[in-house]
Amino acid sequence: MAANDSIKKTITVTVLLCVVCSVVVSAAAVLLKPQQVSNKELDRKSNILSAAGISEPGKSVDELFAQITTKIVDLETGKFTDAVNVATYDAIKAAKDPARSIKLDRQDDIASIKRQARYMPVYLVQDGDQIERIILPVHGYGLWSTLYGFLALEGDLNTVVGLGFYSHAETPGLGGEVDNPAWKALWPGKQVYAEGSMEPLLHLIKGNVNPSSADAAHQIDGLSGATLTSNGVSNLVKFWLGENGYAPFLANLRAGGV
Amino acid sequence: MAPVSAKDVLTKPIFASNPIGLQILGICSALAVTSNLNTAMVMSLAVIVVTAFSNFFVSLIRNHIPGSIRIICQMTIIASLVIVVDQFLKAYAYDVSKQLSVFVGLIITNCIVMGRAEAFAMKNPPVISFIDGIGNGLGYGVVLMFVGTIRELLGSGSLFGIEILPLVNNGGWYQANGLLLLPPSAFFIIGMFIWIVRSWKKDQVEAPEYVLAPNSKQEAV
Repeated sequence: MAANDSIKKTITVTVLLCVVCSVVVSAAAVLLKPQQVSNKELDRKSNILSAAGISEPGKSVDELFAQITTKIVDLETGKFTDAVNVATYDAIKAAKDPARSIKLDRQDDIASIKRQARYMPVYLVQDGDQIERIILPVHGYGLWSTLYGFLALEGDLNTVVGLGFYSHAETPGLGGEVDNPAWKALWPGKQVYAEGSMEPLLHLIKGNVNPSSADAAHQIDGLSGATLTSNGVSNLVKFWLGENGYAPFLANLRAGGV
Repeated sequence: MAPVSAKDVLTKPIFASNPIGLQILGICSALAVTSNLNTAMVMSLAVIVVTAFSNFFVSLIRNHIPGSIRIICQMTIIASLVIVVDQFLKAYAYDVSKQLSVFVGLIITNCIVMGRAEAFAMKNPPVISFIDGIGNGLGYGVVLMFVGTIRELLGSGSLFGIEILPLVNNGGWYQANGLLLLPPSAFFIIGMFIWIVRSWKKDQVEAPEYVLAPNSKQEAV
């Protein structure tokens, strides 16, 4: 074994091992990429659909998704924009690009996302000109990871239809319970804003919501054992439905001026 | 070292020298992924594949690995295999890979994999090392399935997601035990597993490290 410990042999073995391993890893990553991307895309669409509560047995995700219109919103003006291509725009990538995103001040950055894309896609379910449901992409930091998801509102732009996260790495069994259908079922029917205000009130509380309390419409049960994930969810809702998020857009939409 | 037979290295780790039960390795992931059988099963398969192949490749180049950097070499091989497994899961079992999230990646740090590479594969030929990897993976899998069965059945009233005990929430009669869905419950179940195995195979019982001294005071009454 002594010959193995010479400097020459050590370096040769290291280099060879690293080359072989990196080739294997890269090959797996590259060859499986298309499959992974299509899984992600399908998952994203089915998450938009499930947040919006749209499901019909026997219809594929793509068929159901056909009824949804995707539009791009300029968050600053709160109006629809044609500045970017709807089909190819990736808000998560844009948020990382200084030219296409805004750096958030520390006190504004309640969802701890650091940068925010200028334009965000929104998904509309329309009946003629009437908006039936609107699905807003949201994200924010939990305990370990950024949670990416969708929040769907009714046509009144206030009542929640549903919330779902499609990507996160919170602790399975604790923070990971954001995926629990029983918990997600608590969201529909909750109110985001109070009458006549655009200040988001919806948040998670510690323990269970007392249904007779006056604030019950703005409260959701916290996730037990996952205080930081629960705070993260509260913060991301507050951020994205607040003035730096979709509030100006929703206000315009209510007033009919987009 | 005494010559080892393929049958021994395959079956011994399942009960006689179970990596979790006797060696108490790989507990972390055993707590985290056993709240239902689907994830427990996929995790077991992933660990079996990784342990088997890492043993195989480590053993294949065991005569060329310099002693000074052998752990790093083993880690490189293990890490590459884990990434490949993770990529496969993401491509072909997307939902499960989402549930397992970081724990597939954490197979890299699973002591069982490295323990076997260092303890067995460094000293034995590839084929028997491969079988040893499968055996130890199975040993890990047996515990995961045992814990997963109890946790899912009593915690969510189902097995593999199929309802066995109708839950009160869904209009049935079974009140689910929420504790079993939380990771600490796995400690109790693994403890129980170790107890059962050691009452059956008495030679695994360790000698007490110390004996209580007899009471030096007279009884108070």
